[in-house]
Amino acid sequence: MDTQATDATAANAKSMSIIVTKGSLDWAYPPFILGTTAAAMGVDVTMFFTFYGLPLLLKEINPQVTALGNAAMKMPMMGMHIGMPNIMGMIPGVDAAATVMMKNLIKKKGVASIEELREAAVESDIKLIACQMTMDLFEYKLEDMIPGITVGGAATYMENALKADINLFI
Amino acid sequence: MADKVLDAKGLNCPLPILKAKKALKEVPAGGTLEVLATDPGSVADFAAFCRTTGNEIVEQSHDGNIYRFVIKHTA
Repeated sequence: MDTQATDATAANAKSMSIIVTKGSLDWAYPPFILGTTAAAMGVDVTMFFTFYGLPLLLKEINPQVTALGNAAMKMPMMGMHIGMPNIMGMIPGVDAAATVMMKNLIKKKGVASIEELREAAVESDIKLIACQMTMDLFEYKLEDMIPGITVGGAATYMENALKADINLFI
Repeated sequence: MADKVLDAKGLNCPLPILKAKKALKEVPAGGTLEVLATDPGSVADFAAFCRTTGNEIVEQSHDGNIYRFVIKHTA
């Protein structure tokens, strides 16, 4: 019995919901960082994974980063910040290289991996909901997902959101 | 002497907070947790964490690039 978490939840009695719509490496961070931190601060958190966010619940994940449509993306290289013109994202291997580069930076700077944050989310009893419609649309099966998640639709999300103090769409 | 020490050096946001929360569970009520961190953002974040959760920062110091917090487990 986790009395500490229960006490904190009771004292704070706040809740938050996050709609997670994007599954690339960079976009996976904000929902998992805010969700796990809120849970650590005694907030009751629900995360609803839909569209491209849904694969973040798969057992095996390998989120990638892309330079395409990400005009502001710059990486520290050779003592400066170097941007990647959109056209570079179309060259095979560029996204893979950018992903490797970002993963190296993540490790070097002591930033948690997405897998690590997701594990923290599960450990801190964050309610993880997979969007049923997206599962049908993109043909994902519940057995491909990590255990402990629930499946639901828009009404399931709304029931949570209507009671929550904070609702985020990421 | 704190009841428990957490070495969060080299870790970036939000790991020092997540690990501190986990470590606090192993500290008896009224006991203290000492956290060592190198993340400069941890100064503002531990203050906010404690204000929100009701735990108390009883000691805080800064030596070179290492930040030290002693948190009393009150909540």
